[in-house]
Amino acid sequence: MALIECKNITLAYEKNIVLESLSFEVDQGDYLCIIGENGSGKTTLMKAILGLKAPLKGEIIFGEGLKRNEIGYLPQQTGIQKDFPASVYEVVLSGCLNRSRFLPFYTSAQKQQAMDNMAKLNITSLKNECYRELSGGQQQRVLIARALCATGKLLLLDEPVTGLDPDASAELYELIDHLNKAHGITIIMITHDTASALPRCSHILHLHKEMNYFGRMEDYGKCSVCAAENDPELRKVLHGGKEHVHHECCDDHIHF
Amino acid sequence: MSAVTITYIFKTIFGYGFMVRAMIVGVLISVCAALLGVSLVLRRCSMIGDGLSHVGFGALAVAAAMGAAELWVALPVVIVVAFLIIRLNDNSRMSSDSAIALISSAALALGVMIVSLTGSNTNLGDFLFGSVFALSDADSVLSIVLSATVLILFVLFYNKIFAVTFDGGFARATGTKEGFYNTFVALLTAVTVVVGMRLVGALLVTSLIIFPPLTAMRVCKKFRSVVVLSGILSALSFIIGMMISVGVPSAPVGASVVLVNAGFFVVFFAAGKVSGRLRKHK
Repeated sequence: MALIECKNITLAYEKNIVLESLSFEVDQGDYLCIIGENGSGKTTLMKAILGLKAPLKGEIIFGEGLKRNEIGYLPQQTGIQKDFPASVYEVVLSGCLNRSRFLPFYTSAQKQQAMDNMAKLNITSLKNECYRELSGGQQQRVLIARALCATGKLLLLDEPVTGLDPDASAELYELIDHLNKAHGITIIMITHDTASALPRCSHILHLHKEMNYFGRMEDYGKCSVCAAENDPELRKVLHGGKEHVHHECCDDHIHF
Repeated sequence: MSAVTITYIFKTIFGYGFMVRAMIVGVLISVCAALLGVSLVLRRCSMIGDGLSHVGFGALAVAAAMGAAELWVALPVVIVVAFLIIRLNDNSRMSSDSAIALISSAALALGVMIVSLTGSNTNLGDFLFGSVFALSDADSVLSIVLSATVLILFVLFYNKIFAVTFDGGFARATGTKEGFYNTFVALLTAVTVVVGMRLVGALLVTSLIIFPPLTAMRVCKKFRSVVVLSGILSALSFIIGMMISVGVPSAPVGASVVLVNAGFFVVFFAAGKVSGRLRKHK
């Protein structure tokens, strides 16, 4: 059974439809990139998966024992956080909150879990540092460690490299790769940075006005239908700049 | 200040029942305001306190005109308005600061109008600038119970308050009811404002919410130390302010407390700047 199955969902703000009858599945261990222009509904889709926005039609089904509050989420940074007096440890530990609904304080097991996740992300030495004084890349690591405290299975990342310099971005991608490959954590990532992100992922969901694409990474860009919709930049990344794109429309992915 | 004056101050403060009561209520309320203030200031909604205090002023004026028990009228009114402000915040096209400004100035005007028209024997100044020594027995007991409740609830929900303050979106996504806790903090604030207003006045009670957290944030790097330090600073400011108002003839309590708070802020601001410089040079 798939970890997440979206069945024919339509998402809308009041009467304005953002996404229409979208279907896709994410399996345990997948690495899915969601790409598309601004306003194509990427963030709205993520909100729907997180349960922050109810779909107008269709349903989102969780499998493999995944509970809705067990999704690790890396939101885009808010203005409030940039000037927030909190230690790294306090921020990471707050990710454990979803497991202690009725307890007012954290258990020692949860504190250990926070330490473990900090070790996983190489930020143990920053434990007592102030969050607002860290670099952008370090802050993202802290927030990922917090997200891992909330989940062992699935991470949702909303444009994780925005505002990072190229070195920090590359490091962050390595880290996400590592979490996916070594720890088997399923990744769903919204990104604009297609050149770096796409070669790493296993699946792609391309949201585009009338023509959405969902399928395996290898098949993306091979068929003319996608190619027509894709920008040449992307083709360069995927197929070494070959102008001509293979013309057989595949069975392995869907246009809808 | 001579030893005689200091002895006089201590004798006055601890020698009279009403003084001790005022001190206990004042310290408790100052600590409540400071703790809640940390969350409010960080979420950029500290003006809620200001709005609520003006509404409280209006309610007190109405209660005084009707001859009703002031706290019992003001409390429910301010709590309801706190609910409304949070709702407006959530789903409206009016930005919350202008909504608060609307409500608060209307309530203030209403209060002034009622006090002037009824010519009620209550002094307008008491409401606006507080009357720490006019607390009745019943009022002090109620105030102590309320502020102790606020403190206990704050401690019990500390982790949740941290989570929704730092990142509401993440908290909601992982199943913490952000809206509930925002309303919860607003309610505790409403209670604190109503009680605090009797002590330092409607115009000054906001400063109990805003000053201590901002002062603590100049030097602290952890959320917990910000909370603890702002509680301590707030209590200290109240105690020192009270001593000043006893020692200096005709110095009002509310203004003294606020000025002490402001003094702490200046000192910590400078300390923060200096330590920041030193770290850069290291």
